[in-house]
Amino acid sequence: MTEVKEILEKVKSKYGNNRSALLPALQAIVKEKNYLNDEDIVEVAKAFDLSSAEVYGTATFYTFLDTVPRGKYVIRVCKTISCHMTGKDEIIKTLENLLKIKLGETTFDRKFSLLTANCLGWCHKGPVMLINDEVYYDLTPEKVIEIIKSYQQK
Amino acid sequence: MEEKKLKKVDLIFCKTCQDDIEVVKKALTRHPDDIINELIDSGLKGRGGAGFPTGLKWKFTRSQNSDVKYVVCNADEGEPGTFKDREILDTVPTKVFAGMAICAYCIGAKQGYIYLRGEYNFLLNKLNGVLDDFNKKIKDVGLDFTIEIRSGSGAYVCGEETALFESLEGKRGEPRNKPPYPTVAGLFGKPTVINNVETFVYTAMINYMGVEKFKELGTKDSRGSKVFSVSGDTPKPGIYELELGMTVEAFVNEFGDGDTKAVQVGGASGHCVPRKKFNDTIIGFEGIPTGGSMMLFNNTRSMYNVLHNYLEFFVEESCGQCTPCRVGCQQLLKGIEAVKRGEKPASYLEELKKLAQTMKIAAKCGLGQSVANPFISIVDNFKEEIIY
Repeated sequence: MTEVKEILEKVKSKYGNNRSALLPALQAIVKEKNYLNDEDIVEVAKAFDLSSAEVYGTATFYTFLDTVPRGKYVIRVCKTISCHMTGKDEIIKTLENLLKIKLGETTFDRKFSLLTANCLGWCHKGPVMLINDEVYYDLTPEKVIEIIKSYQQK
Repeated sequence: MEEKKLKKVDLIFCKTCQDDIEVVKKALTRHPDDIINELIDSGLKGRGGAGFPTGLKWKFTRSQNSDVKYVVCNADEGEPGTFKDREILDTVPTKVFAGMAICAYCIGAKQGYIYLRGEYNFLLNKLNGVLDDFNKKIKDVGLDFTIEIRSGSGAYVCGEETALFESLEGKRGEPRNKPPYPTVAGLFGKPTVINNVETFVYTAMINYMGVEKFKELGTKDSRGSKVFSVSGDTPKPGIYELELGMTVEAFVNEFGDGDTKAVQVGGASGHCVPRKKFNDTIIGFEGIPTGGSMMLFNNTRSMYNVLHNYLEFFVEESCGQCTPCRVGCQQLLKGIEAVKRGEKPASYLEELKKLAQTMKIAAKCGLGQSVANPFISIVDNFKEEIIY
């Protein structure tokens, strides 16, 4: 796994040393390590000459910058009205049964986390979910089973 | 009031209509004031929902005396029921870039940013590829301007322009007090034009096809066409570009499933129009403005559930900075739940409406101010469904 220091160097060479590079830095760490742990936050704070409270405060503002351990694949099922109307509850139930976890939890092998999200911008093709950055729409329980299978084999 | 029939238009997604580098080239031969005056004359209003006249925004920013200015494209499309900006960026991204480049030329900016919501990160690879190419070409035609894409991280409030600046600056996405407006002190405290994705496309198009052709469409208060995101109980959900100025009735005749009882115009923060008002409600700035979100509900839906879903959304997405919004959203949600359970009398809804009105006046930004829109329009029109 890439060290946080390496990630920070990369981000800084692309986005510069000032604070406006903070979000790209945090995003890059989450992409690599699935979440931000305390040590990483301290490391980021040092790199940008900020207090770690400041970095933590910024990170926790954003839903996608997780500060609790998450699985390698973070599943976010859209729960806003259009997806609700097209059956997101059934999708969530299917995922819970499949992964043997409840909403908000992470599988024991740290492979999957199951979360909900607010409107993902696919209201005409609900229900929808994101797995990390990938989007899956027009979902049915059968489709969900297929998709998760393909990730389990990865 | 001027009223239009429903008419489908194909300007935004037309791929053969214009060569975007040529569009910029053509703009560079004209004086910025001419371009801006033409935009003002076109009557183009912002397509993100708020509807500020685009030409004026550019004019104010141009008139600011500053060495550094910015052009920002708001692609933080988070409003429930809206998905048109994703489609625009996916299928015709160079039209957006062209609009930004013309804006940069007009106001004198060298740097542009596209703030793309994190939920759309899957677009990044492709988009960055197209952008690199565009950035090079734009230099070749003699414009010193570079566009960069930055990602959001799942915060609805960052679609509010000043919150978006805060986020770009690496901070919590908490809205600022206005004034100063972005045209005076925006990103990094510098004069900034911030427009919606779709707005930039129309600016490029007006510059290319001429203002007269744009003005042929729409009404006096709502010029041109607009891209609508249609979802909910409809046999044909999707993205449609329509001439502005039609009634909700005309819209429902085209997109409804024959049993439509309400249309939510403008997303969770918009207004709910019940069937009895379809006929005399115009979709546009003289009636109900919208960023493009049109959600249809038929008779099988409980409007209590709809309102409940919206309020849950606002409770989660309120940034928590100002008390009216942070506490207000939660109390509205608790309030309708209590009425539903029979713990509070029906008259309690009047108290809740007063709270929503207060939020409209007292909340710091558009998020808290607009919670009253869905709340009051749903409670007033579907009171029985909320109570029983």
